[in-house]
Amino acid sequence: MKVPILRIGRMLLASVQVELRDTVADAFQQDVLAAIEKNGADGLIIDITALDIVDSYVARVLLDTGRMARLLGAPTVLVGMRPAVAATLTRMGFVMDDVYTALNIDEGLHLLQGIAGRRLGA
Amino acid sequence: MATRVLSRQEMKIDCEDDVLLVRRRVQMLAQQRGFDPFATAALTTATSELTRNVWIHAGRGQAVVEEIAEGGRCGIRVQFRDEGPGIADIERALRGGYSTAGSLGLGLSGSRRLVDHLNIESAPGRGTVVTILKWARLR
Repeated sequence: MKVPILRIGRMLLASVQVELRDTVADAFQQDVLAAIEKNGADGLIIDITALDIVDSYVARVLLDTGRMARLLGAPTVLVGMRPAVAATLTRMGFVMDDVYTALNIDEGLHLLQGIAGRRLGA
Repeated sequence: MATRVLSRQEMKIDCEDDVLLVRRRVQMLAQQRGFDPFATAALTTATSELTRNVWIHAGRGQAVVEEIAEGGRCGIRVQFRDEGPGIADIERALRGGYSTAGSLGLGLSGSRRLVDHLNIESAPGRGTVVTILKWARLR
């Protein structure tokens, strides 16, 4: 079971539809990094709309993936987090630093385009 | 106050898939028992953390999932049992940020914040029993 990675302009979209178990998580991170390198992507959107539960293990996988992508020059936006998931992670004391968040794919895309635009302007 | 056990199911934990199976069972019961989406996510996430702890630290164990009733309210109680290495410093493990498995160390401390009761019985070399309980909010 792989996590599909789609290209939208200069951005990549990874939709997590399956449970990120150990083996899937490793493959996911490798696939994402390879896709960023191959496409010279300016940003990465990770869509977690399909996840109704995000425990600290999965949260760490997502966060690590974002950190890895940033080292390759692709800032990451996590989109589609459900309200109950946000509440649960916060109550657990989990801090989602190092990745941007947005409500949905559209807003995530706008956010990344804004960041890419500022980079070009500078 | 008398506590009645309405249902009881023992589930084995000895591979990563079992983490999912235990979690799905608890999630389904919570939804059926009228837990709201936030309470369902909280209980299910705590279950996921603690089942994963059994699998990672002990390799195998058991989860006992119970629906309970007490004084007109319903709750779900889950007990996680293993015969693994045990916890040397329970207080420290509950404070969080302390991990022996290279994780974030939020499993126990985070879970405690998600449920109404969390109890740990453990000693080095004598396994671990963690029990959590969450009540369905009265509407």
